[in-house]
Amino acid sequence: MIKRILLGDEAIVQGALESGVDFVSGYPGCPSAEIGEEFFKIAKKNGIYAEWSVNEKVALEAAIGASFSGLKSLVNMKSFGLNVCSDSLLPLAYTGTKAGMVIVVADDPSCWSSAQSEQDSRGYAYLSHIPMLEPSDPQECRDFTKLGFKISEKFNVPVILRITTRTAHQRMPVSFNETGKRTTKTGEFIKNPRQFSTMPPRTMEMKKELLEKLEKIKAYAEKLNINPIIKPQKPAKIGIVASGVAYLYVMEALKELKIDAAVLKINLFYPLAEKSISKFIKGFKKVLVAEELDSYLEKEINAVAKNANLKLQIFGKNLLPETGELDAEKICAALANITGKEFKANTIKPLSLPKRTARLCEGCPYWLVFPALKRIAPEAIFGGDIGCNMIAGLGPHNIQDYLFSMGASLGISHGVKKSTNQKVISIMGDGTFFHAGMPALVNAVYNKSSPLVVILDNRITAMTGHQPNPGMGKTGLGQDTEELKIEDIAKACGVKYIKVLDLANAKEFEDAVKEFLEKDEVSVIICRKICALLERRQKI
Amino acid sequence: MENNFNIIISGVGGQGVITLISLIDQAALIEGYDLKSSELHGLSQRGGSVLTHVRFGKKVYSPLVERGQADLIIGLELLEGLRTLNFANKDAAVLINKYIFPVLGGLPREEIIKKLNETAGKKLYLIEASEICKEKLEKEVVSGIYLLGYACYKRLIPLKEGSFLKAIEKLIPEKYLDLNKKAFQLAKQA
Repeated sequence: MIKRILLGDEAIVQGALESGVDFVSGYPGCPSAEIGEEFFKIAKKNGIYAEWSVNEKVALEAAIGASFSGLKSLVNMKSFGLNVCSDSLLPLAYTGTKAGMVIVVADDPSCWSSAQSEQDSRGYAYLSHIPMLEPSDPQECRDFTKLGFKISEKFNVPVILRITTRTAHQRMPVSFNETGKRTTKTGEFIKNPRQFSTMPPRTMEMKKELLEKLEKIKAYAEKLNINPIIKPQKPAKIGIVASGVAYLYVMEALKELKIDAAVLKINLFYPLAEKSISKFIKGFKKVLVAEELDSYLEKEINAVAKNANLKLQIFGKNLLPETGELDAEKICAALANITGKEFKANTIKPLSLPKRTARLCEGCPYWLVFPALKRIAPEAIFGGDIGCNMIAGLGPHNIQDYLFSMGASLGISHGVKKSTNQKVISIMGDGTFFHAGMPALVNAVYNKSSPLVVILDNRITAMTGHQPNPGMGKTGLGQDTEELKIEDIAKACGVKYIKVLDLANAKEFEDAVKEFLEKDEVSVIICRKICALLERRQKI
Repeated sequence: MENNFNIIISGVGGQGVITLISLIDQAALIEGYDLKSSELHGLSQRGGSVLTHVRFGKKVYSPLVERGQADLIIGLELLEGLRTLNFANKDAAVLINKYIFPVLGGLPREEIIKKLNETAGKKLYLIEASEICKEKLEKEVVSGIYLLGYACYKRLIPLKEGSFLKAIEKLIPEKYLDLNKKAFQLAKQA
């Protein structure tokens, strides 16, 4: 074993390497993007195929194809990615995998780098019936990735590894085994439609098989003691059930308050091994459930307690917030409330200071676009999209009338255009256009809508840390590939009014906007100018 | 060391905060400590405030420093340094780069310095790290490394010079190694 300081995301890559992963796909998002980036660095040496897929649905599907062909796969994405790929995620639970598959999803409590919602992706475990592991620190990121592959291989199910920002972007010394050089493995697809096709009436049988698998996984989790109990030296007066990074805050709080508590650490969130919970809560009068965001575990424990310990007092979201990340201080306050232990809550208030929100970088081409749009069409409705362009919604620009999800600027703009007589401008980046903007463009043209679409093509997926996309002529692995031109796609989608501008001439852009705003068909302006950060980096 | 040592490093996205965390982590590992740190990437890095946590000692569970419990605050920018003062414990050393990265509706330099003097306690160090690095090394970007050197040589952080130098050699790319070492050791003269 060697020990090295690793970021949670890097530790996942290490765990996958040790498990013999062959195929990696994903879509960059914060806080999961480092997983894919790390794989590109080591892919060649380790015989791994890795790609940035065009969106999370395709990424998952690519991994399904690899798994069916006998290759071990890992898919990486941020929280919202699971929404995008859910259409294929649910049938995957039914078919099961052939070679092992781990799907990493990174949630972002407190929305540090997420715009659209504070999603708790644990809900997908219930919806899809897919086993879900929750590491709390980088060491567990490595260990649970290995465990995930083990469970996946043993039961032929995909396994979701759910992490959060404070796990993904946490560093600590991680112990791991070095892996040797490997050559690329070639798989073989052996036909088996009985397993790989979800077609009724087989679908119903598959569901039954899946539910049976889950019972077996529960028993396996009990046998392997996957959810351990951490006991204090003295007899425990109170029980705590904790999952994910909340476990670390609990341990910190117990140390600080000098409370003797037993902690049941839930590592396998789904399927939940109720027997061990039942056994754990029997010995206590009071139990605190420490979990971030939604109260899934608390509800489960309430249900188990109805049979195991009716008198048990269960504390959870009555003392801990359902929104925002937890920390040791919040756990201390909750524990003090339950035990009567003295805890002086911190009264230091942060100074009231001007906020420093995200802004466009120096030399960013968007500086030329937002003020011009505001000046030419102050009355227009502006649809915002995900990526650097959502900074349009912050000062000094403040031109974003709605912001939802990848590609949604155009989907919604079409609806607004159809419902009103107002001028509507949809703003999106190149990465977003390829991810989910294309179907929205087809829909707008097909249904005779007429928003103006301004595509800010800065030649990279910038916000998440400069990952390549189909518009650049480079793959994630750095190979040359076909450069997909957005104007060609728009033309093929039936758009008649298309302009490609390099933003060298401000008047040219303004004239184009004025002209296209008068059109009664969909029009597209592509502003093609490289991201300023990328340009500077290329010069070094 | 009885208790864990808690550090908050703040700055503006792109100032090299993450390099500093990695160096402290590595130096702590070299000295045999347990450690955890927490950082933020993405949206918060696009010129926004960046607040990061580093903890080391016998056994560290949480990667986050609680409010009022930081032993050392390193601010790479004046306003961001001021912003994190609620993390400082009453004896904390507060080490701040006298550098301003303008923000819409921001405070004038004098006012930030006044507030820092009012709030930070006795161990406030306002250092012209950016100026010094620009003058002596022609590179402002290593001002964080200079501050780290300052913390080390003034014994504001319980880790040895040798551990930091080893950490720099391990983590900084060859091309920038000399510059970073120089910036760190420049603080010896301060």
